[in-house]
Amino acid sequence: MTQEKEKDKKEKRILKINWQAMAVPLLAIFTALVLGALIIAFTDETVYAAFRESGFFGGIGRAVEVIRIAYGALFIGAFGDPKLLWEAIVHGDGEAFTQAIYPFTETLRVTTPYIFAGLAVALGFQGGLFNIGAEGQYFIAGLATVFVGYSLKGVPAIIHLPLALLAGIAGGAFWGAIPGYLKAKTGAHEVINTIMMNYIAFRFAEFMLDVGGPMARPDSFRPVSPEIEPSAYLPQFFPSNSAIRFNWGFFLALAAAAFVGWLLYKTTLGYEIRTVGQNPHAARYAGISVPKTIILTMAISGGLAGLAGATDILGVLHFMPNAFASGYGFDAIALALLGKSNPVGVVLASLLFGALRAGARYMQGIAHIPLDITSILQGVIIVFIAAPEIIQTLYRLKQKIEGEEGVVFTRGWGQM
Amino acid sequence: MPPVLELKGITKRFPGVLANDHIDLTLNEGEVLALLGENGAGKSTLMNILYGLYTPDEGEVYIRGKKVEIEGPSDAIAQGIGMVHQHFMLIPVLTVTENVMLGMESVKYGLFLDQAKAAKRVAELSHKYSLDVDPDALVGDLPVGIQQRVEIIKLLYRSADILILDEPTAVLTPQEVEGLFEVIRSLVAQGKSIIFISHKLKEVLEISDRIVVLRRGKVVGETRPQESDERKLAAMMVGREVILQVPKGPAHPGEKVLEVEDLYVLNEQEQIAVDGISFSVRAGEIVGVAGVQGNGQTELVEALTGLRPIVEGTIRVAGQEVTNATPRTITEAGTAHIPEDRQRDGLVLSYPIADNLILNTYYLPPVAKGMVMQREVIFSIAERLVKEYDVRTPSILTPAGNLSGGNQQKVIVARELSRPVKLIIASQPTRGLDVGSIEYIHSQLVKKRDEGVAVFVVSAELDEIMSLADRIIVMFEGKIMDIVPAEKATKEELGLLMAGVHPTDAAAEAEKEAVA
Repeated sequence: MTQEKEKDKKEKRILKINWQAMAVPLLAIFTALVLGALIIAFTDETVYAAFRESGFFGGIGRAVEVIRIAYGALFIGAFGDPKLLWEAIVHGDGEAFTQAIYPFTETLRVTTPYIFAGLAVALGFQGGLFNIGAEGQYFIAGLATVFVGYSLKGVPAIIHLPLALLAGIAGGAFWGAIPGYLKAKTGAHEVINTIMMNYIAFRFAEFMLDVGGPMARPDSFRPVSPEIEPSAYLPQFFPSNSAIRFNWGFFLALAAAAFVGWLLYKTTLGYEIRTVGQNPHAARYAGISVPKTIILTMAISGGLAGLAGATDILGVLHFMPNAFASGYGFDAIALALLGKSNPVGVVLASLLFGALRAGARYMQGIAHIPLDITSILQGVIIVFIAAPEIIQTLYRLKQKIEGEEGVVFTRGWGQM
Repeated sequence: MPPVLELKGITKRFPGVLANDHIDLTLNEGEVLALLGENGAGKSTLMNILYGLYTPDEGEVYIRGKKVEIEGPSDAIAQGIGMVHQHFMLIPVLTVTENVMLGMESVKYGLFLDQAKAAKRVAELSHKYSLDVDPDALVGDLPVGIQQRVEIIKLLYRSADILILDEPTAVLTPQEVEGLFEVIRSLVAQGKSIIFISHKLKEVLEISDRIVVLRRGKVVGETRPQESDERKLAAMMVGREVILQVPKGPAHPGEKVLEVEDLYVLNEQEQIAVDGISFSVRAGEIVGVAGVQGNGQTELVEALTGLRPIVEGTIRVAGQEVTNATPRTITEAGTAHIPEDRQRDGLVLSYPIADNLILNTYYLPPVAKGMVMQREVIFSIAERLVKEYDVRTPSILTPAGNLSGGNQQKVIVARELSRPVKLIIASQPTRGLDVGSIEYIHSQLVKKRDEGVAVFVVSAELDEIMSLADRIIVMFEGKIMDIVPAEKATKEELGLLMAGVHPTDAAAEAEKEAVA
């Protein structure tokens, strides 16, 4: 075999989709949907009524109908009604079109902070660090972003918007670097410290935004910040329809995913982060400064979580409420797990969670299935991912081959 | 009477490897059977099958003529099979008795531990097999050799009569090895049967009744110690003639490359581990450090390579002062380091071989251009080094953790010796390796010496130091006992120095005693 061919083969092997690695997440999602369907059927009054009145087959038929309606609504709520979309395209009706794709744009809007926060946690995992502080970093970034957004006036958008984004990155990075520094210098475990930093961030935001607080909106009776200047807005994707909140932040998130992939797998810094994550002893032996790498990893991770907050404010809210839309930072842990700490995996997982979150509202309206069913689905998926043996046993999958590059999620207390 | 243990046609496949290929093995009562083979020959796999940790793809296990299915260690123990692993499974803060009874505690009134009863049993066993273990001692306080006996007592306590000892001598001093052999003799004398796994030819010849040699998953031969010798066994193991003595000409020492002056280093417990030592290593010579493990060698190497802070003293590499410098500075000064614990420090086991081969050059051109790593370059370097250093692997993308110990070490050697270095610091470079790999690594070190590199070797194997080094430093309790030229050193003299006794003193002692 010539060298060229050999190289070719190697490249292909790298590019090939690793079905074996994807089997567990995909089957976990599938199994969760099956379990969700059972829960929907079992908690529906009409199903029991049908069993009583039309016997076994009638009951089964009703159960199938209920599940179909619920998941149908979930789908339409997440991706839009294909029928409406088709009609809009056939008639060339622009307004009907934007209305038809509205649900999908909502999915993508929710997906945006998910991607940023998921990447933040995934990058931490790659570096052997468990960043539970994405939520707090999101808050601090929100404060920094909104401050730059409303306090700078008369600045052109080309300067104002990047500045506001950078403020968000800086805020998140700073908040992430603190537990990183504590871990690197004193060995204090990042799990504890990031959790504590979350509380500090929540209370700090409360202090800043409370009525009469330093960043509160003057003359308002609600604890919110002033509106940011339009020059700091992330542009809407459909400026003609103000109901659609989908904005360029989503593409920023995709770019961030590409950046994280490039950083981790193509750069020396990524090699350092992964080596420290996989084997800190070998990293030290190799001349890598482990403390420096830990601080940097946490700072980058915090910066990514910060972008989640920044894009939410600049693209969607345009101000910061005290009860800042939250839960992203914690869902992010699930996203990183589901995406196997891989940037592409995180994007796919974020799309799934975004669709579930956006679709659930419609499902509640149409099929009267409580929103909480999506929390159950997410929870079940995470259990299956965290304990892959369940899925492997259920579907008779072969065990993972030894020595493959897994990611260290966290180390015991007091260990480097 | 049927044999105590019989394995028939045991086959075990792993992805890409046939670890055990239709292995037949019998063990008779009261016999020491040595299982000899290179790393990766399939010894551990076979024993793990016997111990129930793996399920064989094919084959049958008979115990005293009865076919058995062993599904886990508890089945194995129930069948009277016990195993002492290379790494002990003991809890240091518990006493010997507590460790022994762990998992099958004696209980009184259905709730309370009956320590006294267990301690009595431990004392009985200790006495019966002349193990000489105090049941009430804390395991953490015991020397390694005694801890091993605690492991053996654990098996006897569970009424095991087939004992598998996995490389039991790897962690012992020569004196402790003698002690272990006495224990083994006493065990077989009272009807126990023992499988002794090793790749140390001398020991196998000394202790076993029968020797079975494995190579590449197959039984390639069976012999008795009386009918064999080291050379024959080595050839069987490796499949060709092996040079046991390192062939090397006289050294031509040049200028000093490594200079150590008045060095003090602390260990983890903040006690002095390296106690004011001075020495130097010249270009073109191999200096070996002999000593019983735990006499400061590990801390010395870590201090030299920047992994452990130095309390006092200076270190210079090629004239450049590197006292308390970072590992990177020391590497860049021209030092190669083959670490003692290759899996902990020397490799990232989950990384492919290619990524491991650039572990300390990843940031330098041509591997990286600025911040961006050059995949093509990394692959071509890996292809070249794998070929040049004879790393046996299916691909350069195979994770290092999937390689055998010998091939893992070759990856490290390839990485460290392929750089332009002035000084090589090798700590236990051949620990746990098979004859073929040892031969290869020794010849590479000698080759580097002849190219004018200063080589500093630390090893717990006195034979290795004696055959490899030009000058020998003997360390005892953190101090240098003596530095002797290798050609003049005798094993007896070095042995005494390693024990902290100057031969001249010893001679004087002896004379005094003779007079008295």
